[in-house]
Amino acid sequence: MTGFLAVLRREVQLARVGGGDLMTLLLFFVLVGALMPFAIGPDKALLSRIAPGVVWVSALLALLLGLDRLFRSDFEDGSLRAFHNATISLEAIVLAKLVAFWLTVILPLLIAVPVHALLLGMNGDILLRTLVSLGIGTPGLLALGAIGAAVTVSLRHGGLIGPVLILPLAVPVLIFGIGAVSPPPAPGADRVALLFLSALSLVLVAIAPFVAGLALRLSED
Amino acid sequence: MANTETARPLRWHERLAHPGQFLAWSRHLLWPLALLGALLFAWGLWLSLFASPDDYQMGATVRIMYIHVPNAWLSQLTYGVMAVSAIGTLVWRHPMADVSMKAAAPLGAVFTVLALFTGALWGRPTWGTFWEWDGRMTSTLVLLFIYLGLIALWQAFDDKLRAARLVAVVTLVGAINIPVIKFSVDWWNTLHQPASVFVEGGPRMPMSILMPLLVMTGAFTVLFLLLHTVSMRTEVMARKLSALERRRALEPGK
Repeated sequence: MTGFLAVLRREVQLARVGGGDLMTLLLFFVLVGALMPFAIGPDKALLSRIAPGVVWVSALLALLLGLDRLFRSDFEDGSLRAFHNATISLEAIVLAKLVAFWLTVILPLLIAVPVHALLLGMNGDILLRTLVSLGIGTPGLLALGAIGAAVTVSLRHGGLIGPVLILPLAVPVLIFGIGAVSPPPAPGADRVALLFLSALSLVLVAIAPFVAGLALRLSED
Repeated sequence: MANTETARPLRWHERLAHPGQFLAWSRHLLWPLALLGALLFAWGLWLSLFASPDDYQMGATVRIMYIHVPNAWLSQLTYGVMAVSAIGTLVWRHPMADVSMKAAAPLGAVFTVLALFTGALWGRPTWGTFWEWDGRMTSTLVLLFIYLGLIALWQAFDDKLRAARLVAVVTLVGAINIPVIKFSVDWWNTLHQPASVFVEGGPRMPMSILMPLLVMTGAFTVLFLLLHTVSMRTEVMARKLSALERRRALEPGK
């Protein structure tokens, strides 16, 4: 446990030191959402209907942009090779990194969601549902993103290939995430969607450390 | 030409695994497969276009099914071939597994595009719309994106051996989509027609419609086998070529 916490603390400290990166991500998140009224038109009713979807897509895009920092700097300066000799397994280290990423990147994004609520005209109930569904769904998205980041870590110009691999697989999470927020087509359908979303996130978080660990090992030798 | 410097004759699985051996025996498959495919297509197309009845609801447009369904099945079968090859690469380090995986990806992408395209053409007169976001169409579109992403991933790496293993990992992660496509018409009761061939109690189709469907499926499957073999041969030859070029580049200047 101490090893896990040590890695967690290292990641949080590194994130705090490289703080400008986080501000940029937050700004990107808010800007994408703010762009929608210009692209779609200021029709309040329409905007508030699509607001949860806009927030989810903006969160997904901001997450994908920030994923590079998960493994790349450790790969480049050799820390990843050092992790092979750690007392805890590489998979546990990956999990610690995921937890740290969620705390240092996703949590600030969630705190910024009320700004979207203001810009896009979400009422309090919808805002709360969106926050809950994001809170449950983002670990799953993060887990998928970690797999993409691990697979592309050895590419010099990784660029968009990681996100491009991940986006098709993120579709179910998106479908259930929105299903948990929007007015349900049948009574209780939103609760079903929330349960499915939780299941997806749990499964993804469970398997991602192993898949990402395998991909990291394959990228090393 | 063939450098069989082994002291004893090769066993059957060694003939499969060695790229040079593969080139030698796969050459004899090509013409038989091509002829068989041509025959099956001729028979299948005659059955589909002339010797089968119109559907009582859809009329003549049902004949699009004889192209649409085989392509859809093959797009999933190809992914299955890729997934098995991926396991071969990761678990057994089989020398031909990653060649098979790389060769299958563009084929699968084309089958998926054809399935979506013919499905859209069929949907317009039948349901009034080219596209709906129902379970099966969405998951097939996701399959197409996965194929294209895998092809892009192959291109992104310089080191092809590392690429093979990493693409294998992503292929296996994406394999979850295949059961989703298969069962999507059972789970979500929306637009696309539910399963009518592989159901309990046998196919829900009369033989007059089932027969052309099966023949066309056979024809497309033989086509896939032929193209896959050709593509694998090309890949093996391309690798030999680049190895020779590299060796030549290392020699003192000519």
